[in-house]
Amino acid sequence: MARFILRRILQAAFVLLVMSFVIYSLIGLMPGDPIDIMIASNPGATPELAAALRKIYGLDQPLLSRYGHWLWAAVQGDFGYSRLHSAPVLAVLAPALWQTCKLMLISFTAAVLLAFALGIVAALRPGGPVDALISLFAFAGISVPVFWLALMMILVFAVDLHWFPASGIATVGDGSIRDYARHMVMPVITLALAQTGGFTRFVRASMIESLRSDHVRTARAKGAGEGRVVLVHAFRTALIPVVTVMALNFGSLFGGALLTETMFAQPGMGKMIYDSILGNDYNLALTGLLFATLVTLLSNLLADIAYGWLDPRITLA
Amino acid sequence: MTAPLLEVTDLGVSFPHAGGRHRVVAGISYALAPGRTLGVVGESGCGKSVTALALVGLVPAPGHVEGSIRFDGRELVGQSHAAWRALRGADIAMVFQEPMTALNPVMTIGRQIAESLVLHRDGMGWREGEREAVGLLEAVGINAPRDRARAYPHQLSGGMRQRAVIAMALACGPRLLVADEPTTALDVTIQAQILDLLQDLQDRTGMAIQFISHNLAVVSAIAHDIIVMYAGRIVERAPVEALFAHPLHPYTQGLIATLPDPDHRVARLPVIPGSVPDLDTGGGCRFADRCPRADAACRIAEPALVEMAPGHLVACFKAGA
Repeated sequence: MARFILRRILQAAFVLLVMSFVIYSLIGLMPGDPIDIMIASNPGATPELAAALRKIYGLDQPLLSRYGHWLWAAVQGDFGYSRLHSAPVLAVLAPALWQTCKLMLISFTAAVLLAFALGIVAALRPGGPVDALISLFAFAGISVPVFWLALMMILVFAVDLHWFPASGIATVGDGSIRDYARHMVMPVITLALAQTGGFTRFVRASMIESLRSDHVRTARAKGAGEGRVVLVHAFRTALIPVVTVMALNFGSLFGGALLTETMFAQPGMGKMIYDSILGNDYNLALTGLLFATLVTLLSNLLADIAYGWLDPRITLA
Repeated sequence: MTAPLLEVTDLGVSFPHAGGRHRVVAGISYALAPGRTLGVVGESGCGKSVTALALVGLVPAPGHVEGSIRFDGRELVGQSHAAWRALRGADIAMVFQEPMTALNPVMTIGRQIAESLVLHRDGMGWREGEREAVGLLEAVGINAPRDRARAYPHQLSGGMRQRAVIAMALACGPRLLVADEPTTALDVTIQAQILDLLQDLQDRTGMAIQFISHNLAVVSAIAHDIIVMYAGRIVERAPVEALFAHPLHPYTQGLIATLPDPDHRVARLPVIPGSVPDLDTGGGCRFADRCPRADAACRIAEPALVEMAPGHLVACFKAGA
């Protein structure tokens, strides 16, 4: 097990290395560079000044040698300066990453728990009225776009009912936890609902199959009660494929988080990466994208570990 | 003869079908005494498994059970879910066909055996149950039972898994064991071992066994009495010796004729032409279409079970002829 994790971490490090080069090259290939934007706002700038600035920033050097410099600094923990924020990249990134992780983790947990409950209930009587209702809800969850859902939430719960604030992460001058929590409610619900639909369908399908399996019949033949049959025998085996799908999905949450953060004007990773790419903020964009890669790799690793833990037939080696 | 432990009278199971109800089995009557083994034989789809499921109250929804099942004098048909749960796994235990899929793949063998004990014995805890499971594994002839109890089903061979399933069924000392094709998924040598094991366990505990198989040869090795089923009906019921010596129903005769005889090698084994009819065929004997002796009368009325010799019943108009 420890060897498996160590090997996967080494693999992840290698993937990150390759990805850093790919992302670095893609950013380098973008038309324009930070100097273009710097001099664009300065009417007195001359081509000579631009050339001098390029020399100072090392932008006159070939891509490969620039990458080499960046990598050498990065492995020592120095990810450079953010041009847009005039601050070290990590100092800019950390609060945004924390904000996004909070949003992702809370909404993911909510989505998983809700999907478990709905999927199990729907699977008890497939084709019944409760199942039809839950399937409709799941289908709506899959079909409704996140941005539309966010707009509707804002319209109903912020504009009309005044229950929750429409945007931001806190009210200025109010530092209470309650205030932070109130600002999280709508983004979390939006992002959670966007995932619950798909998850519910997976849980339902897996539970239906599991409830039909021979070992569940054996459990019944042993005299186990319906609750024990469903929750211990059927659910435990139904979890195996479901957990894999869910964990793999966690990485793609980043995309959903970007939309949600934009709609609710929250300063998270999604918005930060978007702004940094538009603003030619090389360092910030690169590091931000690498962290997104890291989250995806970590969720894949967690999926494998969860898989091995849930299914004794799988040995991690 | 001892009083019967199990008395089934006019048992039927029906499922909704095309607006009406389709009776997959009907008119099943027999009795089973403690320490005796009843073999139930028939082709796939003849209703033997659903009959077995009715005995433990596990006929899948929307199936409906009618008639009477008396176990130790108590009527089982129509009893509450709680009463079924208390009975299942305790007094009536079941062994299923596929030992691989019948076991929970993510639970250790010991825990699965212990579960029966924990569910049915007052004050039994998991730790104690798992300790007792080791003894049960030993009783069904598993080597190194302590290690096996900690193993998961996929770590055991097919024969060992079926032994574990039997240990699970025996955990609470059932008085009736319903074994649905327990040897079908196993190698022939393992089949013989499992049959020996069941016989041995019966000698020790005095339990009654209802042994279901499509294989007449296997059934004849373990059963005292045999029921031959065809398309949801009992066509012949007799002690095993009588059945083999004087099979009365043309279907039984066909089954016996299809058994390979090592003394007479033949190029092609005999077969019974045709296959089991799918649905209610209306009136008439259900075997008529495949029967070499059927005539017009056989297609009009369904023959009832008639006792032709003591303990030997047959449902055929032509049996006496």
